[in-house]
Amino acid sequence: MDLFTPDFGLIFWMFVSFAVLFLILWKFAWPAIIKTVDSRADLIDKGVEYAQSAKQQLDNASMEAKKYIAEAQRQQAEMLREADKMKTRIIEDARAAAQKEAQKVMDAAKVSIEQSRKEAEQSFRDQVSGYALDIAQKVVRNQLADSKAQSALVGQLLDEIESKN
Amino acid sequence: MRILIDKAMKQYLNIILAIMAFLWTAQPAAATSSHGDGEPINPKEIIFEHLGDGYGWEVPFNHHKRIPLPIIVFGSDGLHIFSSSRLADGKEYRDGDAIFRIAPKDSPYHGKVVEITDGVESRPLDISVTKNVLALFISVIVVIAMVVSVLRFHKRNGMRAPRKGVGAIESLIVFIYDGVIRATLGDKARKFAPYLLTVFFFIFTMNILGLIVVFPGGANLTGNIAVTLVLAICTFIATNLFGTKHYWKEIFWPDVPLWLKFPLPIMPLIEIFGMFTKPAALTVRLFANMMGGHMIVLVLTLLIFIFSAMSTWAGGGTTVISVLFSIFMLIIDVLVSFIQAYVFTMLSTIFISLAQVHEHHHEEAEGTVQEA
Repeated sequence: MDLFTPDFGLIFWMFVSFAVLFLILWKFAWPAIIKTVDSRADLIDKGVEYAQSAKQQLDNASMEAKKYIAEAQRQQAEMLREADKMKTRIIEDARAAAQKEAQKVMDAAKVSIEQSRKEAEQSFRDQVSGYALDIAQKVVRNQLADSKAQSALVGQLLDEIESKN
Repeated sequence: MRILIDKAMKQYLNIILAIMAFLWTAQPAAATSSHGDGEPINPKEIIFEHLGDGYGWEVPFNHHKRIPLPIIVFGSDGLHIFSSSRLADGKEYRDGDAIFRIAPKDSPYHGKVVEITDGVESRPLDISVTKNVLALFISVIVVIAMVVSVLRFHKRNGMRAPRKGVGAIESLIVFIYDGVIRATLGDKARKFAPYLLTVFFFIFTMNILGLIVVFPGGANLTGNIAVTLVLAICTFIATNLFGTKHYWKEIFWPDVPLWLKFPLPIMPLIEIFGMFTKPAALTVRLFANMMGGHMIVLVLTLLIFIFSAMSTWAGGGTTVISVLFSIFMLIIDVLVSFIQAYVFTMLSTIFISLAQVHEHHHEEAEGTVQEA
């Protein structure tokens, strides 16, 4: 039953073996292994952190990009709308200007037509009055041979003038 | 594909051959014992012979041959070193003036080396390299080899993680260090990690080597109370040597009503008793678990011989059942080997961490209690 009563020899050797094993591993192995394992864990942690922040940044960047795109689209739409507005305005303006110009031209034309007409009228009148005077001269020259007729005419003219006034 | 099938076939064939070999070896044993030419088997003696220590290491398939080991004794006239083969089969050996032999069954020193002076047996101071001691040395070498393999990998490959065998050892190290030591001890982990990791790997290796039936293994080391006692004493030393002032105050002047500690030191006595029950529990837990596992396998094997003594057919049937159960128990023992090493390490860590208390921890605890 030496299983239950510890044997001195075995205790002695167990102490020696364990002490030797412990000292060797303590001196040469465990701290180095733990250091490596710990620093690897740190490295992995850092890697994960880095990846996370990179992803965050990427997400941020894509969000930013989306925002920019949306903004750009908005601006584009606005610009298009603006351009459209401007176009209509320009067209309107141009039309207005053209109308105005046309009006002006027409007015000018009207004025000149009127003037021409007046001038024509005047010249026509002058001509007509010239012709009338000529005719009248001729008529008067013919009729002045007869003094009676002259006095009758003068009388008649005077009557006419009298009745007009 | 064909290679795979061949491999599978080979494995299958091996299993069948193994079972046949078992049945076949059982038959002659049954035959001889049923003829009753030998002495009746004594299960208790066989079990304790296998569980215990010895001055030689058994070899398979031979009951008389032993691998001889050095015997180192301090007799009445000084140091004697000689081979255990000189004492084989109860022979007496004269070394110088002293006569030695292995004590017979009826002696109080049964199975141990005794010195005979004037026909009287006396036990010399015996530090022989017995089977268990050699198994200890082998375990030490195996542990060092395991740890050094990880260390060398780290030296060669920097921070890259190892694969396969070295990776398994490293993951064990990380499992114990991160899961047990650092989880319990926190920032003091680095101080105690070398001791606790050594304990874990040493116990684990001894447990597993104990399950291997032939030469480098087979010694029931952690199922021997001397081994577990030394380990527990080491934990006891680590606990009390590095115990904080507050830990000692808790033992000799705990925070209890005065009458519990002043004229009669009831609580201090209980605390001091507790200091020693912890290593005792460690000792017995590991010892009993491992010895129990070995004993069950041995008993299952012996059942074959006990039943074979009745009839050949009973022996044959028992063989199949016993072998199956033994395999099952050995597989369970592999699990137990790990669990017991883990439990020993974990409890050592907890005992050490309990001695690392500081005043403010206590106050914090008290504060929360009062708040509650």
